[in-house]
Amino acid sequence: MPVTHAADESELTGLGSEPTAEELGAAGYTVFPDGKGLPEGRGTVSEGRAIYQQFCAACHGRNAGGEDAAALVGGRDSLTSERPRKTVESYWPYATTLWDYIRRSMPYESPGSLSDDEIYAVVAHLLHLGGIVGEDAVLDRETLPKVEMPNRDGFVSDDRPDTGGE
Amino acid sequence: MTTRRRGSERPSRRSFLGLAGAAAAGSFAARASAQTPGAIRDLGETPTEYGKPSPFEDSKRWSRAPDATASSSNTPLADLEGIVTPSGLHFERHHTGVPAIDPDTHRLTIHGLVDRPLVFTMDDLVRMSSVSRFHFIECSGNSAREWSPAGAPNVQLSHGLASCSEWTGVLLADLLDEVGVKPEASWVVAEGADAGLMSRSVPLERALDDVMIAYGQNGEAVRPEQGYPLRLLVPGCEGSISVKWLRRIEVAHMPSMARDETSKYTDLLPDGKARQFTLVMDAKSVITRPSGEQRLDGPGFCEIRGLAWSGRGTISRVEVSTDGGRSWADAEIEGPRHAKAFTRFRSPWRWDGGRHVLMSRATDDTGYVQPTLAALLEARGRSTIYHNNRIKAWEVQESGEVTNAEA
Ligand code: HEC
Repeated sequence: MPVTHAADESELTGLGSEPTAEELGAAGYTVFPDGKGLPEGRGTVSEGRAIYQQFCAACHGRNAGGEDAAALVGGRDSLTSERPRKTVESYWPYATTLWDYIRRSMPYESPGSLSDDEIYAVVAHLLHLGGIVGEDAVLDRETLPKVEMPNRDGFVSDDRPDTGGE
Repeated sequence: MTTRRRGSERPSRRSFLGLAGAAAAGSFAARASAQTPGAIRDLGETPTEYGKPSPFEDSKRWSRAPDATASSSNTPLADLEGIVTPSGLHFERHHTGVPAIDPDTHRLTIHGLVDRPLVFTMDDLVRMSSVSRFHFIECSGNSAREWSPAGAPNVQLSHGLASCSEWTGVLLADLLDEVGVKPEASWVVAEGADAGLMSRSVPLERALDDVMIAYGQNGEAVRPEQGYPLRLLVPGCEGSISVKWLRRIEVAHMPSMARDETSKYTDLLPDGKARQFTLVMDAKSVITRPSGEQRLDGPGFCEIRGLAWSGRGTISRVEVSTDGGRSWADAEIEGPRHAKAFTRFRSPWRWDGGRHVLMSRATDDTGYVQPTLAALLEARGRSTIYHNNRIKAWEVQESGEVTNAEA
């Protein structure tokens, strides 16, 4: 594992200031596949259905099959076909990524407008549409990281170079 | 050689002058004809605060969706000389538009698995030890049209999601020293201040190597489209990891598996598995002159020139073929050979007026040789989308027209 050379305090510039806990909290956070970063809160499939229709359906389609913006479900078993359909359902390895991405970037024209509860709910709805969680699923910081995505084992590491040259 | 203007969005020089307004066009026309020995000569323009290219030049970025905020624009590589991309012509790729950020209020927070989280102002960063380095940035979706044998008709469309600048900033390793990375850390997660808070994970090993936090581009501040006031720069790696408008770095125990390192920027193979974290951009080259949609005015001498680059190091060799790949000859690598930067190659050529298929092939200092399209398809199938570094062919017709050719 790489480790920075233990810098002698006297070699440091001392520039930058130490944030207060409050400032640090406001600076933002990342959600990781093991659930680290996920906030308190919870959401259900049925709550998510209403939120989805109100804030997402116009671009992603009423059943998330795609409209002006990408399909979010469908395409399972298409990855080896000539026309692979990569969606949250068919391709995404971690459910936490969906939470993290919606918090960052969706709805496209007003990112940041959903509450944490609403994000849990809309994630639950999408995972239900994709046949990944049941109708009665309740998602929160404990249950979301445990969701098993269909393509969880679909990724391999970079083994290039893979062409022999001349 | 003249460059044929493409479609209506690229006005000819004459119509450009027409558009520039009667007065300006008139004075330029008058001066151009007046500057002859023996005639009375007009004085030129007075100094300006910020210079612009000559009105006779009309190099432009080209965008597939100029009115969208999730969009991109391509560098007109055929118009460029040397290795530096003028900042205003650097390619763009944004997911949620270009934010307007006041550097006085911008902050970079570094936290997570560190001994002391720190917040840096722009002044703090500019006071630190700095480095200036030439590096290309290439979108891994560059050359996505090149998965078909003939590819795109001109080099702006085929290779224009790549540009090269002299970047100035601080080494991320120095900043990580300031915060003190904890031993259990293995990745850093970067976040932008664009509306969509673009985020990508970088392996710590790479972060401690040559990754920069850049505030300078080609001698001035980084341009807004390139991340003003501050961007991550991960040399040699796919552009999307060099997070622009950088506001936060979280030192972590694993990658965040962000949308743009799972759903996007992963390369689907025929067996249904996808390669992930294919960060490095492999060696690539393209002939920029003569290239698609240009025209040779007549037979005779015409230097072949182009650009080569590798995300793994320096370019050690570029070969050029004028017979569709049957024979190859070494091109001259002229000028500086920076690692992970555009490298200019040149090859003298005398056009005999016949049909010729021109190609270039780069080798980097790891010995890696730029592959053919067939070799890429053989290794990866047809669904990888990203990382197309095939050999590109242009065909010089007997008319002098240059077109894209199958290869
Ligand atoms: C105004 C149209 C619009 C609305 C409304 C919208 N989206 Fe999107 N969505 C987009 C666009 C455009 C993208 C692609 C953005 C990019 O290129 O980075 C996208 C991408 C996504 C993706 C990533 C898809 C992929 O395959 O990588 C997800 C997931 C998503 N949206 C979920 C949502 C959810 C949930 C909502 C409602 C809370 C929502 N979107 C509302 C336009 C929209």
